[in-house]
Amino acid sequence: MTDGALPKDKTAFRQGLETRLKKRYAQERRFRLYGQLAIVFALGFLVMLVGRIGLQGYSTFIDYQVTQTIYVDPAKVNAADIVGSNFDRLVAEQMLARMGETDDESGEASGKMMDIISNDFGYQLLEMVRDDPSLIGKQVTLSGPVKADAALYYKGELKRSTPQDERKLDDRQLTWLDKMQASGAVSKGFNLDFLTKSDSTEPEQAGVLGAVVGSAMMLLVTAVLAVPIGVLAATYLEEFAPKNRWTDLIEVNINNLAAVPSIVYGLLGLAVFINWMHVPRSSPLVGGLVLALMALPTVIIATRSALKAVPPSIREAALGVGASRTQTVFHHVLPLAMPGVMTGAILSLAHALGETAPLLMIGMISFVPGVPEGFTGAATVLPVQVFIWENASERAFHERTAAAILVLLAFMIIMNLAAILLRRRFERRW
Amino acid sequence: MPAQRDDSQAHGSAPVHITVDRAHAGGPQHAIKIRARDVNVFYGDKQALFDVSLDVPEKAVTALIGPSGCGKSTFLRCINRMNDTIPGATVRGRIELDGEDVNDRAIDPVILRGRVGMVFQKPNPFPKTIFENVAYGARIHGLTTSKSELEALVETSLKKAGLWGEVADRLHQPGTGLSGGQQQRLVIARAIAVSPEVILMDEPCSALDPIATARIEELIDELRNQYCIVIVTHSMAQAARVSQKTAFFHLGKLVEAGPTGEIFTNPRDSRTQDYITGRFG
Repeated sequence: MTDGALPKDKTAFRQGLETRLKKRYAQERRFRLYGQLAIVFALGFLVMLVGRIGLQGYSTFIDYQVTQTIYVDPAKVNAADIVGSNFDRLVAEQMLARMGETDDESGEASGKMMDIISNDFGYQLLEMVRDDPSLIGKQVTLSGPVKADAALYYKGELKRSTPQDERKLDDRQLTWLDKMQASGAVSKGFNLDFLTKSDSTEPEQAGVLGAVVGSAMMLLVTAVLAVPIGVLAATYLEEFAPKNRWTDLIEVNINNLAAVPSIVYGLLGLAVFINWMHVPRSSPLVGGLVLALMALPTVIIATRSALKAVPPSIREAALGVGASRTQTVFHHVLPLAMPGVMTGAILSLAHALGETAPLLMIGMISFVPGVPEGFTGAATVLPVQVFIWENASERAFHERTAAAILVLLAFMIIMNLAAILLRRRFERRW
Repeated sequence: MPAQRDDSQAHGSAPVHITVDRAHAGGPQHAIKIRARDVNVFYGDKQALFDVSLDVPEKAVTALIGPSGCGKSTFLRCINRMNDTIPGATVRGRIELDGEDVNDRAIDPVILRGRVGMVFQKPNPFPKTIFENVAYGARIHGLTTSKSELEALVETSLKKAGLWGEVADRLHQPGTGLSGGQQQRLVIARAIAVSPEVILMDEPCSALDPIATARIEELIDELRNQYCIVIVTHSMAQAARVSQKTAFFHLGKLVEAGPTGEIFTNPRDSRTQDYITGRFG
């Protein structure tokens, strides 16, 4: 049978038709199968990723609080120099006393006790006694977390079966932990501290608040700079600029800039913003400036394609009733392009939120044990916090790394939800 | 409405300095609103119109006919300078609106487009409410000073466009939710609201069904008494039904123009004859 001509033999044609039809159906089934496999593959990876991080990080959100009455022994506190007194040791000795043990002369036992309860107890007691010296000689009730290693024991990650010299806590400390738990002094709870405290050298006291606030402030700077500048630049290029060699050159360069490795923006930021303009290093301001540079090309490209997608009939309609070009763009074209602009802007902001490399270049790697004091104060951000904790030697920081990633993912999900809601809102105007 | 108008008595008025444009349709009671002389249009290197000279009468419908790509839409878009918005388009020659050259530097295209409204091939209401669609032009030109004035303007415009009865109770619903024919009338109302002197229509019925088309044609016939209307159409029957003057374009040239009745019954050029009898196009 030849192409184009009608077949003479109808039965042969019919048979051929059936085989061709079968082949076509098989092809379609195969293609659908490939598609489904690809989706299963992608979903599998997603589940593995989130599952692994979740499994590793969820235990961070469980903490063990010890509540104990402490006798503020006048013999151990120097009333004349309260701040100079060793409250850590006092607490440790009192903890030992509750279990019927006494400290030895060299302070070995209290030293070991200090390794399993947080030094937060000492700080708390110091502050209480400093504010109210009449507490000396009285009993106070304190509660605070156990040290991260002790928490690992309670969580079952540090096992008694491991040889003593291969674990951080010895048998004596483990026995104390068992005793404390048996006495009912230890309560298991949600680790709110992780969300309300900032970075610390002590893993059990380390939290992400500083990093979350730092990320939010930096992102605010990025959004305030990149979105309006990007949208206006794209609008000018798309709607007003003449189409000539210069605008072509600019377009090519914007596309190239979107593909520049982010660390290069970090170097640029270091050279321009820090060394030349003297913006304080490690601040949300300089971080936001660098990320704004990085996000700008993406915002411009997204806005331009959103503007291109607005049907020309709308422009003609507006021009036809005597709207000026500016009125046409700002009354009709840009509002219609807004859902696309918003999506592009929020995606590039989400990208900026997860960016680490350029921030390391501008000094955001430093240890910042608090919420940034302002846009020019020292700050850390979530991805950098993840990076810092991942490099820490204590094992307890590693679960915090995973937990910080979970917080970062939650931050991104919230941003993407905001993007979807905003888009819906704008789209409701058809 | 009469399918064809007999304008043969107007033929006597002497054709002035143009050979192709035989007469002013409708006779001396129709003053010339638009006078085009030697209009050439280029899109980049490509010439789309060659020395077109045409007179468009006031308070009458002028139809521009011809095969696809013959330049009739291009000519239409010269009148309100919509060609300005196309990159690389250049217009040469004179187009006078009431004696003023529209391409003159002193003429602002935005103000010109307020005087010369336009209706496009595909209904293109703004994705806003019906009210906003009609009110938009008046708003940007500052035609009304109060809310009630604006409401009155919207009402009269919609009434003139024959749409008021259908949309009076849903003015604040999206204009894009109307049917194609209603949308096209909404667009006409939007053009009328700016109180233009001329309304240009670029194949206004090509996307509509026959009933909606009939409705629009009726409307055009009503509007003829108040405005100078120029309509581009592919349908010769439509040109014959609604227009008083017809201009036939072919390959970027104006082949022949004259009273509609005469063009359709007694064309002078063989190409016009071939086109209207359906031999090409």
